[in-house]
Amino acid sequence: MSLTARVAPPRYLLGQPLHAEWTKFRTVPGPSWLLAGVVTLTVAVGVAAASAARCQSARCGLDPATVSFTGINPGQAVAAVAGVLAIGNEYSTGMIKLSLTATPVRLTWFCAKATVLTALSLTASALAVAGAALAGRLILPGHGFTPAHGYTSLTSATDVRAAIGAVLYLTLIPLLSLGLAAAVRDSAAAIGLVLGVLYLFPLAAAVVSNSTLARHLDQIGPLPAGLDAQATIGIKSVPLTPWQGLGVVSLWTAGALLLGALVLKCRDA
Amino acid sequence: MTTGTVTPHRSPVTPERESFWHLVHAEWTKFRTVRGWVIAAGVTIVAITAFVFVASGASHSCVGSGGPSACPVQPTGPGGVPVVDAFYFAHQPVTGNGTITVQMTSLTGQVEVGPAGNGAPRMGPGLQPWSKAGIIIKENTSQGSAYAAMMATGSNGVRMQWDYVNDAPGLTGRVSASAPRWLRLVRDGGTITGYDSADGTHWTLVGSATLPGLTSTVQAGLFAAGSYYDSRFCTEDSNFCTRATGVFRHIGLSWPATGWTGTNVGGAGPNASSGVPAPGALRQSADAVTVAGFGDITPAAGNAYGGNGQSLQRALAGTFFGLIPLIVVAAMFMTAEYRRGLIRVSLTAAPRRGRLLAAKAVVIGAVGFVAGLVAATLALAIGTPMLLQAGPLAWLVSLFTEARMVAGTGALLAVAAMLALAIGTIVRRSAPAVAIAILVIVVPYLLAFGPLTGSQPQGSRPGGGGGWPLQITPAAALSVQQAVPQFHQLLATYPLHGGYYPLAPWAGLAVGCAWAAAALALAFFLLRRRDA
Repeated sequence: MSLTARVAPPRYLLGQPLHAEWTKFRTVPGPSWLLAGVVTLTVAVGVAAASAARCQSARCGLDPATVSFTGINPGQAVAAVAGVLAIGNEYSTGMIKLSLTATPVRLTWFCAKATVLTALSLTASALAVAGAALAGRLILPGHGFTPAHGYTSLTSATDVRAAIGAVLYLTLIPLLSLGLAAAVRDSAAAIGLVLGVLYLFPLAAAVVSNSTLARHLDQIGPLPAGLDAQATIGIKSVPLTPWQGLGVVSLWTAGALLLGALVLKCRDA
Repeated sequence: MTTGTVTPHRSPVTPERESFWHLVHAEWTKFRTVRGWVIAAGVTIVAITAFVFVASGASHSCVGSGGPSACPVQPTGPGGVPVVDAFYFAHQPVTGNGTITVQMTSLTGQVEVGPAGNGAPRMGPGLQPWSKAGIIIKENTSQGSAYAAMMATGSNGVRMQWDYVNDAPGLTGRVSASAPRWLRLVRDGGTITGYDSADGTHWTLVGSATLPGLTSTVQAGLFAAGSYYDSRFCTEDSNFCTRATGVFRHIGLSWPATGWTGTNVGGAGPNASSGVPAPGALRQSADAVTVAGFGDITPAAGNAYGGNGQSLQRALAGTFFGLIPLIVVAAMFMTAEYRRGLIRVSLTAAPRRGRLLAAKAVVIGAVGFVAGLVAATLALAIGTPMLLQAGPLAWLVSLFTEARMVAGTGALLAVAAMLALAIGTIVRRSAPAVAIAILVIVVPYLLAFGPLTGSQPQGSRPGGGGGWPLQITPAAALSVQQAVPQFHQLLATYPLHGGYYPLAPWAGLAVGCAWAAAALALAFFLLRRRDA
């Protein structure tokens, strides 16, 4: 009887850590509440915005998709909290030591965490955006967004593209937060940093007097770039094309994840 | 051997431990000794100050193309306030004290109702709420000179206005042949008093204006000004598309009459869209004088008349950047206690929980206040010359206003910090507390630009842009930094990006304070009730 047969094969493949991370997410109440919060807030604010919007003339300049997806603006803060806490809770409870003992290859663990988070936030985003789009579809035609004012169907290819852009954006935000939280390792500082990165670019663009600078701020900030991906009218006048906008958000996310992975790999947990 | 009850030893409670300031000192020590928190408070100051260099660039197209000199020169009134002073004036020179009395029997108007094509724009009957005609005593016919006037308006009744920014209400209702309005101005040295009457015998005091340094010889007479446009009527992108026409009878001058001279104050252009009003008209018959004119006599505020300056508040635009690290620190000031279990020690040391919360609020509020005070002082000191270099200010900023902006920024940061502390106490966890605090304090300003608030129509009432996000959320406290005033007698759009808020400075700060107080009360209630 050989001893080696009893030793389990090394659990370095992604399957086991994935399952472990999924169990973590599943068994604490926080993440599910937060993701439910993303959906509720996005849809509720979207309904409020659609109810408040009025289009009285053919050139009212309101983008129905932007109106419907107004809720993403506050909703993404909840999504960011979910992303930050996914890793911040590991550090604040000391769970990180256990996790890294169980999965010594840190990047595998990080990938597993990111994968599970992506799957969950993609689900929540799809639900939130679908709800907001449906609300807009039901409310907006009654508020002047009619063919007479140049809004043909609200379900054209452009609108579908805007919705997909919104879903992808709302999925990328928790990943961005995950990366920054892994780099900062403190929940409070990380959420401050994430929300600063998200909200300060458009705020700065709104208050600077130099219009060229404002346009550049709108191009490099993840939030305004992500909004460009949701535009359905006046696409020529927004600073970035939809896919460029999503590209900027993806770059921010990739950068944050890379930074988080580097810090995780190089520093003592 | 004595067998008695042994009283357990209790260390004596020293008076210092009972004192609230002892607790404040303890909390201050906690704050002071966490390096990250002190750094964050420093970042708050640096962020607000440093953003001045980003925010205070060139602002307007007229600056970009040919330097500040390319901007049209805004006339200034007494005290240096930017004004619009363009109207039709039927006047005669008068010297010394005296009285002018008229009966007004009609105020009608013409507005542009159709596109101009190649000729003159089509006109139709219509009047703006602040279209005005009446009697005026004005130092001279140059723009921006001191004046006092009694007038009938489109839908605001009889008013007395003087020196552009002052307005006092008189008789209500529209003037007509069946309801004539008698107006009277009495000059006595530098004081001009206005009266109105419905019948010419019973006079009511409307207002009294002191015009310092008024010359002995002034111009007295009749005027008409169409006032700022309302988009319902105006199709041209023009400021002066309304013509007001007043009919005056029973004109009584106590000075020797020399005959009316008609003058287009501020000049007259061929069409209204050139920024100069079209010429007015004076018609005299046996028993009446009719005066018609475009233009307006008003402060240049809001976006009316293309106010071409920027708000000094731009120098404080970095406040958003300062708020975020401060909010993080303020929330952690409480949540860190929970995370480390330090809260048990703290509550053992200060069993009266309300006092612990109060001490924390005092410390973090003071940190916010001082940080805001220092940062705003630095930002204004650096930003004011930079802004002036980029172009003129939209409105004169008095020392008092600057002091309010500086103290207000301190108060704003203190309120934000205390609110974040209260949210931290209620939520007890860092990340949600910080997120909630940022959502309610910083994000409403962003929402104020969005579709949630609807679009503000042209010619809307004063009340600033932004709508409810800056009226009912804690972000309303940002209004305390306003550096530009709004006038009820000037219907214009007061846009948020021009620095106009929906609430008055102190009212906005009061909303923020109310939120902080309510949140602290809830935090106090929960802290007492819950197990630590």
